[in-house]
Amino acid sequence: MITNTERRNFLKQSLLGTAGLMIGFRETASGKTLVGLLPAELSTEINPFVLIDTNGIITLVNSRPDMGQGSIQAVTSLLAEELEVSMDQINIIHSDGQAKYGSQGSGGSSTVRGLWTSLRQAGAAAKEMLIEAAAKQWNVRVDECYASEGMVYLKGSDKKLTYGILAKDAVKLEVPKNPKLKEPKEFKILGKYKRRSDIPSKTNGTAVFGIDVVVPGMLYAVTIHPPSVQGKLISYDDGAAKIIKGVKHIIKTESNFPGGKTEAIAVVADNYWSALKASKLIIIKWDDGEMTKTLDTATYFKDAYEIASKPGIRAEEKGDFEAFYAASDKKLESIYETPFLSHAAIEPVNATAHVKEDGTAEVWAPIQGPDGALEETADFLKIPKEKIKINALLLGGSFGRKAYMNFMKEAIDISRQVKAPVKLIWPREEDMMQGPFRPAMLSKMKGVIGNKNRLSGWSHHVVGESIQAQHWNALLPYQADNWLSGEMSMENHKYDFEVNSESFSRVKTPIPTLWWRSVYASNLSWGQECFIDEMAHLAGVEPLEARKQLLHNSKRDLKIIEKLEALIQASPALPADHARGIAMFRSFETMSAAMIEVAKAGNAVKVVKVTSIIDCGQYVNPDNVKAQTEGNISMGLQAAINGGITFTQGKCDQTNYHEYQIMRMSEMPQVEIHIIDNEEKAGGVGEPGLPPIAPALGNAIFNLLKKRVYKLPIDLNTIAG
Amino acid sequence: MATFNLTINDQRFKIDAEEDMPLLWVIRDLAGLKGTKYGCGMAQCGACTIHIDGAPVRSCQYPVSAVKKKQKITTIEGIGTPQLRHAVQDAWIAEQVPQCGYCQSGQIMSAVALLNEHPDPSDAQIDTYMNGNLCRCGTYDRIRKAIHKAADQSKTKTMGSH
Repeated sequence: MITNTERRNFLKQSLLGTAGLMIGFRETASGKTLVGLLPAELSTEINPFVLIDTNGIITLVNSRPDMGQGSIQAVTSLLAEELEVSMDQINIIHSDGQAKYGSQGSGGSSTVRGLWTSLRQAGAAAKEMLIEAAAKQWNVRVDECYASEGMVYLKGSDKKLTYGILAKDAVKLEVPKNPKLKEPKEFKILGKYKRRSDIPSKTNGTAVFGIDVVVPGMLYAVTIHPPSVQGKLISYDDGAAKIIKGVKHIIKTESNFPGGKTEAIAVVADNYWSALKASKLIIIKWDDGEMTKTLDTATYFKDAYEIASKPGIRAEEKGDFEAFYAASDKKLESIYETPFLSHAAIEPVNATAHVKEDGTAEVWAPIQGPDGALEETADFLKIPKEKIKINALLLGGSFGRKAYMNFMKEAIDISRQVKAPVKLIWPREEDMMQGPFRPAMLSKMKGVIGNKNRLSGWSHHVVGESIQAQHWNALLPYQADNWLSGEMSMENHKYDFEVNSESFSRVKTPIPTLWWRSVYASNLSWGQECFIDEMAHLAGVEPLEARKQLLHNSKRDLKIIEKLEALIQASPALPADHARGIAMFRSFETMSAAMIEVAKAGNAVKVVKVTSIIDCGQYVNPDNVKAQTEGNISMGLQAAINGGITFTQGKCDQTNYHEYQIMRMSEMPQVEIHIIDNEEKAGGVGEPGLPPIAPALGNAIFNLLKKRVYKLPIDLNTIAG
Repeated sequence: MATFNLTINDQRFKIDAEEDMPLLWVIRDLAGLKGTKYGCGMAQCGACTIHIDGAPVRSCQYPVSAVKKKQKITTIEGIGTPQLRHAVQDAWIAEQVPQCGYCQSGQIMSAVALLNEHPDPSDAQIDTYMNGNLCRCGTYDRIRKAIHKAADQSKTKTMGSH
């Protein structure tokens, strides 16, 4: 891992070099254009992913913050593969949000699928220029040369030149418009097992997370927010707090929530413990507001069920479902429910900011996108982006939370007021109670069994708060949330129903909501995949067979079904009191299936084993695909069996991990992951393993107990009672 | 405010702190060792696990004044060096355990203590001992494998020395 100091030193060094080669992108109206960049531009603008300086140091840029999903390795592997350098000979630096690095948000499982071609092109273009520079020097044709491990060789001779020597000539050459990319069979890095270079630093305490950054002269801050949703500060008495040794300031700070802002109290001290201790001694009067008296999750769901009884806004339709449903005699209807959830990353949200007297500002934070952070900082401070430096540090988990940067703005506001660098860490209780949360949703399902017991008619009506509407007021009353429409679309899932209809109704709530690992897919899959099983049972067809029939047009998905069948055939007969359930769900261009084995133990059900299959097309590192899928099993199971965020009179009821249970070692079942290998377009990896977990469990429980569960979370300790 | 003479990772530290300051913040902010992490502040997540005389302790709930004279504090920085890693660190790398890595200091400190107590732990012993160390990324299966691997390596070493 490269620290910020090292990074700065490196940048200094490379600026001192007389010449070098950098390849970046310029975003033009017609798309991305590869361009050659002069090192002198480095400090100011540029979008350089490949830096080769005259000392021979090869540096690749990771433009997607790493929250554990492995982007440090993934992004640089794409570059290194085509550049013909090994992963052991590169330095890695992180982008700082400047526009010409392109989009820098880790989210939507977009890193590898979004950069698969463009970053390989950047690597390949640099390699072709280096080869051309060598060919010129030797006075030979380019096809007489080849590149390997950071060197250009002349075929049939012992002549070779390092990239470092060639860089200054290469940079003067024209950037190839369409550099030739390798065929997958030629890959040396992509698709192969490779240990992650960041892992040793995560076993010895040297990895620097956002919370670990040290800035000379910095103060430490705690913010205390209104405990009630959108509550307002009336007054506070800091008499007992300000006499705590080390406390420097107790001030008001602006605090943002989705769609609005309020005030919080900031305690600033010369060490974090003093700030934390003092924060508990302030007597604060909050105005909870009239609205919070009736703001609770029970009312949210009551409203949701009422709204579900009326038609929704159409998102997708094939045929006339309502007519089809009315005319049929074999049909069913169910409503599935998913709760609000907390991200609950172990590193609480935090940020360090320094708003300087000279009108510049610097931010160090665990954030999912330095470009967004730069934008928001500039907007908040009303200063040009050129005067801001963003340092995107390692995230100690995020799962979507740290892409919403209200904590960063608080740190900036506090630093501006106290005129010193400030590290703000939200105490766990603030992190958990303030959210924002994965929205709770209902899936109202209707199905029709047609001729020959085919699953013929399908209706999915999703009812819940829209993240887009709540954050940006981005939804007109007649519009369906388009993230949600995409995730529920039958064109996406390729289930070929004769007639189908997908629709959405918003449940407006001030309970703050946010994307959470796999976004709405984590809600939608529960209703969708449990209901496929319900329909199959009504039709008298095996659920796996029913899916096979529905997917008859999608060869790629049928392969997953075949894999499931093969796994079932190969496994020993289930013991008595054991059962399995399956589910599959496509999200972020990846199909994932899960098969869960459960066992009855008295009144309880135990999750014995989870087998996941993932078809994400081409990928970078199979071991990391497995690791992400294991993580999705853990988080998907937690969402199915534990917790759930609830609100009473405007306040979140859960304050810390003793009240919001996340998975523990003893709850983790056996896991088995299978990757489907093919040469399809790279799909997402960080999220798609999650959606099928809850419904596979629901289906397994039905097969075990003949009891259909409609509501999450499931209490496994009493379910068989 | 009082002065405390602490031995952390075999190094002496003279620390001025309030008596109720938890070791977590002493270690992180006064001794400058950032490997020990804050997660919950109420001994619920295990991210702050350290050793006092070899026994695992949740440092977020352990006031600095409770450390007795001559007691040895060990943090993640003190169980091995980059050149000479602890068997548990080696196993963590071999199994590619960490994802985000934030909880792993605490996981490793608990695993080291577990192996000191039970050199060849069963899955049930691992479940019990490690149950208070939360990992949101879901690396539990790999942690389990890595603990078994570290136990096997120690066994091989012991056998080799005879």
